[in-house]
Amino acid sequence: MWTWFYRLASPPYVYGVAATLTPWFLAGAALAIGYGEVVGLFFAPADYQQGDAFRIIYVHVPAGWISMFCYSTMAIAGAIAMIWRIKIGHAVAAAAAPIGASFTLLALVTGSLWGRPMWGTYWVWDPRLTSELILLFLYIGVMSLRSAFEDPARGDRAAALLGLVGGVNVPIIHYSVVWWNSLHQGATVAKFGKPTMALSMLVPLLACFLGFMLFFGAVLCMRLRGEVLKRERQAKWVQEAIKT
Amino acid sequence: VTSPDLNSGILAMGGYARFVWPSFAVALIIFAWNLWSAGNLHAAAKLRVARAAAMAPKKRA
Repeated sequence: MWTWFYRLASPPYVYGVAATLTPWFLAGAALAIGYGEVVGLFFAPADYQQGDAFRIIYVHVPAGWISMFCYSTMAIAGAIAMIWRIKIGHAVAAAAAPIGASFTLLALVTGSLWGRPMWGTYWVWDPRLTSELILLFLYIGVMSLRSAFEDPARGDRAAALLGLVGGVNVPIIHYSVVWWNSLHQGATVAKFGKPTMALSMLVPLLACFLGFMLFFGAVLCMRLRGEVLKRERQAKWVQEAIKT
Repeated sequence: VTSPDLNSGILAMGGYARFVWPSFAVALIIFAWNLWSAGNLHAAAKLRVARAAAMAPKKRA
């Protein structure tokens, strides 16, 4: 039953699977993002309150989603590496961190650009914005901690621990608009039973979600291949893999 | 050559062009950086392995 799980722990297997998946993920991402952004920008109707400024949603919301999804991936991979001593978990966590940091930055910048016309300011110390900023600091902390140790194994363990502890911030980000009075709008898409968006606006947004997820998958696979090579450079299979 | 008119048409985004287009430009930069840095990481790791292999003492036949 657990054969597949342990096969995933094998670096040569992961290296090969990542190589196979990357072009498919990239092609899917290009199609989904292309469709979502074009329809969202030029064909979806303008919002009755926010006008065309609402179109920022097509980058801001998927970026925010990826920032949290990527952190969860990083924390879970770190936990797997710590609990089962599966080294590939640390490689996944190391590969995910810069992607997550970049998408967190994107969510913050686009949120700020959206906030200016709607709230009259680029930044407020609102629970959602503040917790997202903390997420960016956590990513930076995890990356810095990993590279701060001379012994890479100790760096990996310390980064995994910080990643796990920081995981508490993910539900805080998600529920911040429910738990506290927030200037930030509440959930619009997460209510699958009854989304608060018109279908003509929702469909391109879902396409963007899918596209961002596939892009994340593609870049994670690409980075993971680099991480695996870096960590396994003494292994015989690596010498053979780079010849092909 | 005329520059795009940001005050009318589709580029104007109902008067929100200076907020909408920079958002998409930043997204494009983030996407490009992710692709470049991931490719770079893999290429650098490959190069390091190849160099290490070239420096390693060869076995006698």
